[in-house]
Amino acid sequence: MANDWRSFEPLLIPDIPNLQKIDVYEENGGYGALRKILNDTEKWSRENVTNEVKQANIRGRGGAGFNAGLKWSFMPKPDGGPRYLACNGDESEPGTFKDRKIFEYNPHLFIEGALIAAYAMTVDTIYVYIRGEYIDWVHMLQKAVDDAYEKGYLGKDILGKGVDIDMHLTYGAGAYICGEETSMLESLEGKRGYPRVKPPFPAQKGLWGRPTTINNIETLANVPLVINNGAEWYGNIGAEGHPGPVLYGISGHVENPGVYELPSGVPVMDLINEVAGGIRGGKNLKALIPGGSSTPVLRADQLEGVTMNADSLRDAGSMMGTAGMVVMDEDTDMVDVLWRIAHFYHHESCGQCTPCRDGTGWLEKILLKIKNGEGEVKDLDLLLDLTTQMEGRTICALADAAAWPVRHTINRFRDEFEARCKKSVHAVA
Amino acid sequence: MAELSFTQEELDEIEKIKAKFPTVKAATLQVLWVAQRKYGHVEPEVQQLVAETLDLPAAHVHGVASFYTQYYKEEMGKFVLDVCTCLSCQLCGGYEILHHLEDELGIKAGETTDDGMFSIQEVECLGACGYAPMLQVTNGVYVNNLTEEKADELIKNL
Ligand SMILES: NC(=O)C1=CN([C@@H]2O[C@H](COP(=O)(O)OP(=O)(O)OC[C@H]3O[C@@H](n4cnc5c(N)ncnc54)[C@H](O)[C@@H]3O)[C@@H](O)[C@H]2O)C=CC1
Ligand SMILES: Cc1cc2nc3c(=O)[nH]c(=O)nc-3n(C[C@H](O)[C@H](O)[C@H](O)COP(=O)(O)O)c2cc1C
Ligand code: SF4
Ligand code: FES
Repeated sequence: MANDWRSFEPLLIPDIPNLQKIDVYEENGGYGALRKILNDTEKWSRENVTNEVKQANIRGRGGAGFNAGLKWSFMPKPDGGPRYLACNGDESEPGTFKDRKIFEYNPHLFIEGALIAAYAMTVDTIYVYIRGEYIDWVHMLQKAVDDAYEKGYLGKDILGKGVDIDMHLTYGAGAYICGEETSMLESLEGKRGYPRVKPPFPAQKGLWGRPTTINNIETLANVPLVINNGAEWYGNIGAEGHPGPVLYGISGHVENPGVYELPSGVPVMDLINEVAGGIRGGKNLKALIPGGSSTPVLRADQLEGVTMNADSLRDAGSMMGTAGMVVMDEDTDMVDVLWRIAHFYHHESCGQCTPCRDGTGWLEKILLKIKNGEGEVKDLDLLLDLTTQMEGRTICALADAAAWPVRHTINRFRDEFEARCKKSVHAVA
Repeated sequence: MAELSFTQEELDEIEKIKAKFPTVKAATLQVLWVAQRKYGHVEPEVQQLVAETLDLPAAHVHGVASFYTQYYKEEMGKFVLDVCTCLSCQLCGGYEILHHLEDELGIKAGETTDDGMFSIQEVECLGACGYAPMLQVTNGVYVNNLTEEKADELIKNL
């Protein structure tokens, strides 16, 4: 239960020294879930593994919260041709810095989860795509992959059970958009990261036109927990409808920023005040972005009783996203913050769709004008109008991700934006 | 620039990269990385070398090189300071760090010092938001929890 969070023992990044080493991982039960499956493939048929994971309801930790097992079940029946699992370690949404913890502290848990996913979907090639800036973490994961090959967990005839699965690491070169799953596929194919139109979904037509499933790193790290302990056990961790451990990344104006593993559904105020030590310098809380820069900002007075799970955050008027919580104190200038977010999305738009390419440009430009005290109140309405023109009209969700913060920050801090505009009108007059 | 080429060792590395994928094209990003690590940038003649090595159209390699921000399209300073000013870093003083470095080195973001030692760039979130403000040195080491003093020390010791 989420209210037990104070006694929760971490499962994804437990406090075990040197767990990144394969021997230590094995001594602590590591690769047990994979063994369990491969030792009894009748009980643990591909279908049963998928069903168990589906029942556990691991909600995608890449931000969209899609049931992982359900996604696996979309893979068409094998036809003898190649099928892929592409693991998303692009982690570029501002406020998000959690997947790197897994590469650093528990890479084998992720590898084991990816192997189980590959088994369940009859995939024999796994690609892991990591953002290029994380080159040190690529090397950490590569070491773990090399060790797993050496011990027979990867490669041909895994554990002598006749299953072949390879894992290849590759990395990007600086482009937020490559975290969008179809952009990532393009980048993996060695191209510019232009997102593809969906449908067809990657399960139908993914890497090199073949069936492909994309999962986030943290999502896959949850899989061995489900196999080891069962879907029911997993479902009892944290919030109903959005269960399991979550890596909360807390940044901004708190005393102790960092990544904290706790059950889903922890009260937002507990995370800020207890887990992260409260607002820096004893100041007051002003606002929270709960799940990465694209998730709508919430004012402090909107946070009472809100817990970190999809339902509660939706009711509060925001989203869970990546659980990258950005905390802002009373002195924060919301106009500056929103302009910086708009700058980010403009910079990262791939430029394929007019509403996104031009829209993100206009958002940034108008916000800069307001930030510089040259805006008028009618510019705020123009901004809101732009957000509706951008939303739902593009190939990928980057345009939505750019539009939401603008709409909600203006609506929730309208006074502050108007004050910035009005002041300039007076100054000019 | 003299005739560019990869050493045998680098060609072996490129073969290993190619073996990971069913198409040669898929190796483009990684081979651009091999080239940038060797030459320090991927100016057009370096892109040409990559295209020839992989037997891919130069236009394809150029398209890829120009899409991704970590590839240096021109020669940079020996140390490139990528200062994050994105959301969490902005909140924690990322712009102050950027401006401090600009003052200390006498250049603006996007420029290189006359002695060719330092370039400064303003970059988007590097996935270290809990350790803000921070910067990355030449696509490598992360320097976290920056203060002006820590930034001064960094440029002195590099
Ligand atoms: N981790 C990070 O750094 C970032 C995360 N995000 C998150 O990404 C989210 C948006 O991601 P999208 O992939 O565009 O969301 P989406 O809702 O379109 O898809 C989520 C997943 O479910 C699959 N899916 C959905 N409907 C399906 C269907 N009918 N058939 C088969 N598969 C289906 C998709 O292929 C995808 O894998 C945002 O909510 C945001 O929070 C955004 C930016 C960065
Ligand atoms: C613009 C954009 C950027 C994204 N970046 C990432 C990312 O860096 N990492 C990630 O796991 N998912 C990212 N996503 C979500 C992916 O498209 C996809 O939903 C996810 O990788 C699926 O894995 P999951 O179901 O396990 O969460 C992004 C989506 C969009 C629209
Ligand atoms: S919405 Fe934006 S980022 Fe996504 S494909 Fe269109 S232009 Fe590119
Ligand atoms: S905002 Fe600077 S590292 Fe994320």
